[in-house]
Amino acid sequence: MHPALQAVITIIVGVGGCVGYFYFSNQFLDRVLYPATGKNAGRNINRANQIRPWLFLFPALFALGLYLAYPVFATLWLSLTDRDQGGAFVGLANYQQMFREPKFWEAMSNNMLWLIVVPAMSTAIGLLAAQLTDRIKWGNIAKSLIFMPMAISFVGAAVIWKLVYDTRPANQEQIGVLNAVWLMFDGGFGSIVFLQIVPALLLAVFAAFLAWLVYQAVRPLVNAEIGHRKAPWWFTPLRLFFAIVAVWLIWLSLGSILSVFSARLPYGQPQTWLTMPFWNSFFLMAVLVWIQTGFAMVILSAAIRGIPEETIEAAVIDGANPFQIFFKIKVPQIMGTIVVVWTTITIVVLKVFDIVFAMTNGQWQTQVLANYMYDKLFRANDWGVGSASAMIIMLLVTPILAWNVYNARKETR
Amino acid sequence: MNVTSSKKSPLVWAVHISVVLLVALWLFPTVGLFVSSFRTADQIANTGWWASMFTQERQRPAIRLSGDEAQVDGEFVIEGRLFAADNVVISRWGVNSRDPEAYEPGEEADLGDGANLTIEANGAFRMSSPQSFGDGRLPRVFTTAEAPPEFTLQNYRFVLFDPNNREGMAKAFFNTMTVTIPATIIPIVIAAFAAYALAWMRFPGRSLLIAAVVGLLVVPLQLALIPLLKLHNDIGIGKGYLGVWLAHTGFGLPLAIYLLRNYMVGLPRDIIENARVDGATDFQIFVKIILPLSFPALASFAIFQFLWTWNDLLVALVFLIDSTGETTVMTKQIVELLGTRGGNWEILATSAFVSIAVPLVVFFAMQKYLVRGLLSGSVK
Repeated sequence: MHPALQAVITIIVGVGGCVGYFYFSNQFLDRVLYPATGKNAGRNINRANQIRPWLFLFPALFALGLYLAYPVFATLWLSLTDRDQGGAFVGLANYQQMFREPKFWEAMSNNMLWLIVVPAMSTAIGLLAAQLTDRIKWGNIAKSLIFMPMAISFVGAAVIWKLVYDTRPANQEQIGVLNAVWLMFDGGFGSIVFLQIVPALLLAVFAAFLAWLVYQAVRPLVNAEIGHRKAPWWFTPLRLFFAIVAVWLIWLSLGSILSVFSARLPYGQPQTWLTMPFWNSFFLMAVLVWIQTGFAMVILSAAIRGIPEETIEAAVIDGANPFQIFFKIKVPQIMGTIVVVWTTITIVVLKVFDIVFAMTNGQWQTQVLANYMYDKLFRANDWGVGSASAMIIMLLVTPILAWNVYNARKETR
Repeated sequence: MNVTSSKKSPLVWAVHISVVLLVALWLFPTVGLFVSSFRTADQIANTGWWASMFTQERQRPAIRLSGDEAQVDGEFVIEGRLFAADNVVISRWGVNSRDPEAYEPGEEADLGDGANLTIEANGAFRMSSPQSFGDGRLPRVFTTAEAPPEFTLQNYRFVLFDPNNREGMAKAFFNTMTVTIPATIIPIVIAAFAAYALAWMRFPGRSLLIAAVVGLLVVPLQLALIPLLKLHNDIGIGKGYLGVWLAHTGFGLPLAIYLLRNYMVGLPRDIIENARVDGATDFQIFVKIILPLSFPALASFAIFQFLWTWNDLLVALVFLIDSTGETTVMTKQIVELLGTRGGNWEILATSAFVSIAVPLVVFFAMQKYLVRGLLSGSVK
């Protein structure tokens, strides 16, 4: 049968089936099982109304259970068994085997890098774009153009960026933008400004921002009176954890400033960007940042619009400059939204597969967890280790899951 | 007041310029691919796409002369044109790869044995010799020419309509469409009913179910691959359209239920209660009142699900594409091309653009609903 015909039939059967199911099951409930007539009419109506919600919910619950809830447990079980031994229970052997593989640790450390860089960059640029486009006339057009990559598939984005990163031999004209720009630097004054001073300044700003974060995180611990509300007990270790991560990042960025000035760059030679170990991961991350920034921008821009006008007017009257208004009035008021955007992008990053699969397929030390898992499941056919790595992704998602559920419960109560 | 406005104006300019730069930076990669899809393989390989907009002077690849010999005034003469296009202007030319810019247009080059060659600025050449050129190969010429921007639809013709092109996108395009449409419509129907129950019906465990939906929202679908593939194989669906429709339905449901419930909860209570008082059943209320009022939310989810299924690679790889490759989708086809045709940018760019075009149209046409959905989906 032709697939198009099959699709039409599926739509008709699927939609018709759903509507038919809902209609007839309701009819059955009201007419046959508990008819709203006769001497038990009142009791019957109540009973029917108790059952009806489950009629409405049944198909969705069934699909959710089968396609999302059941696989979590099935995968957990698969990760504890060995397919070659006929599915025998092997305890944590798959995990042990996985932890011994250097490729897994490569994927893990790359994923951590992705988790820091992509949400931070997307949110920061998105916030910048939201603020800049907020008050200008053609802001909506600008926003929809920055938002556009959202509609492009990861695979399409991979092709787009492969063209940007393309490399030709030194004696030919470069057709990749990045190499064309790179070859314009010759080690002169311009190169020093753009490739050493500007990055060093950016790193310094980043380090200063982190130092501010450390200060904010540690302050309530040192001076107990600042915490107005009684915070839950687990805030203290959480704050300490963030402070330690931030200090570590400060250390890293200060080290990078040094290496920016000491590095000898190979001017005049076209680079194969995607095969440079360590840096190639950043070139892949740029693709995801490019896609996700629009998302961050749209949501943050709505949040900025929602800030009460009075708070800004009051700040203007008090003589605050635009930067103070932005950092001290606007950002604190949309902090909640920034967190939501950050976590949403974090989840996207954890699942990132297509970009790495299409651009490097995990070669040249660009492996990430999702692609590692695909490798194990469908190339090595090792279901145990593949499922174990899927469980690692699940484990990394769990804190966000718990946080979301906690918030949802708070809201519906 | 005057002081502040004059102090502000440089800042306003800075804002405008920054936004222009940001937008340009964000558009640049996509435009590059778009422009490349209209250039020939030769053009792409020789110059960056950003140069294609302008008339450019560049050295062209060597052209071997060809033409029919004619006898004029006791001389053997071959005349012809170097380029099919007539708007090319040659600035220098040569017959030797070591000195490709030896002559000006109109000058006469000595080819040895008394043979001469003249090339005019418009590409017309005249070669003459006292002896016949015979069957030997004619000389190659090197030209440096100004060429105006030149674009072609040839790539699209090849990628979409050439029946001999086994790597064409036409079949993959229809396969993608076949996956996408049912996978978008069916979850909407199922989710709408569930969302109504979660929003407007009272029953024990409701808030628990809502929390469960929120939790499932972030469960990575990576976990579902093996157990469900196994399940599909066990119940006889195997790899195919039915499997991929079901999988997309399952994976799309949490977001669908979440978005629709959030929207339906906000609908005015009076309307629904008045209808109840008038004796409408829940089914009637749902079909006649809730569904029409929820159109914006339905549209936003439909766009999400459409973009997501159209752009998906992983679910199609696992649940749909079997070893025959008959059911390949566009994303998979492009990944294949990246492997086998990594250097053929004209084919890659065109294929990628064919797959990007439909989502882009949907995006720009229905951006309003997309933004609305995003906002209700993530802002508390």
